[in-house]
Amino acid sequence: MPTLEQARALGLTESEFELICDKLEREPNEVELAVFSLLWSEHCAYKHSKKLLRELPTSGPRLALGPGENAGAVTIAGDMVVAFKVESHNHPSAVEPFQGAATGVGGILRDIFAIGARPIAVLDSLRFGEPAESARSRYLLDHAVAGIGHYGNSIGVPTVGGELYFDGPYEQNCLVNAMAVGLAHADGLIRSAATGIGNLVVLFGASTGRDGIGGASVLASAELDEQDASKRPSVQVGDPFAEKKLLECSLELLERGLLVALQDLGAAGLSSASAEMASKGEVGLDLDVGRVPLREADMAPFEIMVSESQERMLCVVEPAQVDEVLAVCSTWEVLGSTIGTVTDTRRLRVFEGDELAGDMPVEALVDDCPLYDLKGNIEKRPIYPRPPRVLTTSDPREILLALLASPNIASRRPLFEQYDSIVQSRTVRRPEQADAAVLALPDGSAIAVSIDGSGRRVACSPYTGTIEAVLECAANLACVGATPLGLTNCLNFGNPEKPGVAWQLEESVRGLSHACRALEIPVVGGNVSLYNESGDGPIYPTPVVGMVGELRSASRAGRMGFSREGDSVGFVGPFSPFMAASELAKLRGEELTLGLAPVDIPARRETIEAVRDAVRTAKLTSAHDVAEGGFVVCVAESCLAGGLGVTLDIGEIYEDELERILFGESPGAGFVVSGSAEALERVGRRVPIDVLGSVGGDTLDVTSGTVRISATLDELREAHGALAVLFP
Amino acid sequence: MKFGVIRFPGSCDEVDAVLACERVPGASAQLLWHGDPDLHGVDAVVVPGGFSYGDYLRVGAIARFSPVMESVIEFSREGGLVLGICNGFQVLCEAGLLPGALLPNVDLRFLCRQVALEVVRAEGPFTGGCVAGEMLSIPVKHTTGRYYAPPDVLQSLDAHGQIVLKYARDGNPNGSTNDIAGVRNAAGNVLGLMPHPEHAVDELTGSTDGLKIFTSMADAHADA
Repeated sequence: MPTLEQARALGLTESEFELICDKLEREPNEVELAVFSLLWSEHCAYKHSKKLLRELPTSGPRLALGPGENAGAVTIAGDMVVAFKVESHNHPSAVEPFQGAATGVGGILRDIFAIGARPIAVLDSLRFGEPAESARSRYLLDHAVAGIGHYGNSIGVPTVGGELYFDGPYEQNCLVNAMAVGLAHADGLIRSAATGIGNLVVLFGASTGRDGIGGASVLASAELDEQDASKRPSVQVGDPFAEKKLLECSLELLERGLLVALQDLGAAGLSSASAEMASKGEVGLDLDVGRVPLREADMAPFEIMVSESQERMLCVVEPAQVDEVLAVCSTWEVLGSTIGTVTDTRRLRVFEGDELAGDMPVEALVDDCPLYDLKGNIEKRPIYPRPPRVLTTSDPREILLALLASPNIASRRPLFEQYDSIVQSRTVRRPEQADAAVLALPDGSAIAVSIDGSGRRVACSPYTGTIEAVLECAANLACVGATPLGLTNCLNFGNPEKPGVAWQLEESVRGLSHACRALEIPVVGGNVSLYNESGDGPIYPTPVVGMVGELRSASRAGRMGFSREGDSVGFVGPFSPFMAASELAKLRGEELTLGLAPVDIPARRETIEAVRDAVRTAKLTSAHDVAEGGFVVCVAESCLAGGLGVTLDIGEIYEDELERILFGESPGAGFVVSGSAEALERVGRRVPIDVLGSVGGDTLDVTSGTVRISATLDELREAHGALAVLFP
Repeated sequence: MKFGVIRFPGSCDEVDAVLACERVPGASAQLLWHGDPDLHGVDAVVVPGGFSYGDYLRVGAIARFSPVMESVIEFSREGGLVLGICNGFQVLCEAGLLPGALLPNVDLRFLCRQVALEVVRAEGPFTGGCVAGEMLSIPVKHTTGRYYAPPDVLQSLDAHGQIVLKYARDGNPNGSTNDIAGVRNAAGNVLGLMPHPEHAVDELTGSTDGLKIFTSMADAHADA
């Protein structure tokens, strides 16, 4: 019998171990302890976040599938649904970036096709330490991007967008979040609840090995430390070719109506998948680990139950359909094995042949893990080190070029060109063509997708920073003309047992909840990644928001580039930017402020909707929201995207205010748009617009009184190309 | 005109290729399963992009031995039109239907980019609808797309007009010898190219220039 010491080594506390003994009415054996320890890990049980997440709005008229299933979904035109979810693979990526990122993509894709949707897009959200100073950060990014590309490209799902920021606090603990989007017919969705006593449980996909034993669940439930190299065997290894076959096989099984329930095997492998399916169906399952195809002959029952070998699915099938299910598997050269039965015992029983190797109440595994209240308390002393001062100039032109060349703003082209962004023939807007990716649908409409989150701003104010992330995403969608339908999120935070981090988490969820309610966008699902800390302290609190919206007409999707000579250029929005937490403040080595200016959500919503409607009616040539780097950087990005210059006069501004107006930030609050004079005037009938000048030539020219910023497109392009130098 | 598009385990662009073929007026397209040697009476075969059999061993090396490829080789010997795109080009080189080989890109990374292609030969069944010197905007997306052939083979390709498409000057994305993007066999009925014409058939997604390849094939079939 395992001891308390072993339970501790598996991450359980003494009181949790006692509770397990209570539930079993005896001490657990090796198999049972292994299964409990994983299902009761932070990663599987959301011990520190579950109570908090109940605050989030999870309903709405367009909701098709809410939190709790493998992925959430919203309805769109033509009886179709869009499924989407974002998930983290931070710690595996910090240990082995290529496989960590690749299997992160593999895992989130399985979540999408586990509900019966065909994956149509991947986006990624990445955070690393400073690339110029840290060779390790460059290595991690380089390999993570290669891993994401390797998996997505090989499986034939386009990677259409993403975001990437570099900041010191991510040096030891990088973030790799991946979002997947899928498309299904509304009546083609399948749930994961095992039902029908006597039905059979079929495991299909890759064979089971010792790779990744305790991988995601162990790595994601503790802080990283110096012995991380020894954890490398816990990182799973991905095989996109196996997943490609698994995907086509799963969708064919569903199309033929052969499955009662479907679930992917992710963290905690067979243990979690079987317990979840049994719990949702309010049944029991008998599994025979002796029937699981193995890569290594001598695996113990507990190893088979907790293995995190990739590219596996579990389904429930009526006995009469089993032969056809196995035949479809064989067509796709996918291993399929009947490994169990649905029972009425409400217990998960693990057999090895005839021998009972474990016997656990399903409810205890899934529902009885103790949930902890966060004990949040604001940390008044600075948690995060000052960034190094790398910019001293106060010349606006020099500042503009320095901002464009800053790793957080420079063009991501050297990275996104490593992703296939066009397979499946839907991609109407590729990276750098618009603020959000746009995917055409067969009926001529389209969906738009964006992912965003600024850890630095959330570190200043978790509540306001998170609201800004939601607004920023909605603003991105507005720039292509899309209305938000639903939101997914990944909450990347430090150790929640520390009061300062717990406070950040509470405040961030409060902000997320508030923003979603104010914009009437349901949260369809998400993921929480805690313990993102190292010896140097926690990461910036980083809630990443992924949003899906709809456009009635794909052909009217907006663009970000100035592309018509003579167009008027205007600034739309209740823009009142601040230097706090801006990219310029960072380059100047300024400490983070405590707090951000409050956000007037209704006013911003009005602006966002006015821009969206103007884009939709095809009145605007371009729309681009002002984000990192502020107004002038936004203008420069529109120049570069369209290959045309601009001449603007922003009027006389007090000298001590000028920098704030030019380079201050206020995410989701302002837009630079171009179009005919009438088009801009029409926007002005709904919300304030300042018409500042016109498009033309090959120079960016911005004047304010006697101050003039002038740079040629070539100069802007050279500055903006700074990442290429770091990633040759 | 009936196109057949092969589906290997690991193919990624087969459905895109079917959609592209179906944009040709009067044409239809169907998938051909790798394990089935029957070509189902199609008039032309497209070997699509992707990662057939996971590209294990070497790109295109395993696909070349699949039952359907035995039939495609036979089909091409009888003069049937065969178009290999990206991984399909690699498979056709492995099968010996086309000269040369595709090597890893010079910078060893996957690259997805819209490129400009020059039509070198505006005649024959694949580019008959183009004008010599015309520039086509078509995307590439691959890790292993650097065309290589020994000097004597290159000379012979040149002499026999087998180099059909080249990357625009200064726009060679992968280090291909002599900027070669697409070559045909000596008989002229088999073309392989790294760029993806099936991803350039709709203004909405970027360009319609790739459609010219498919319509040229249909016209050639109609004339035959």
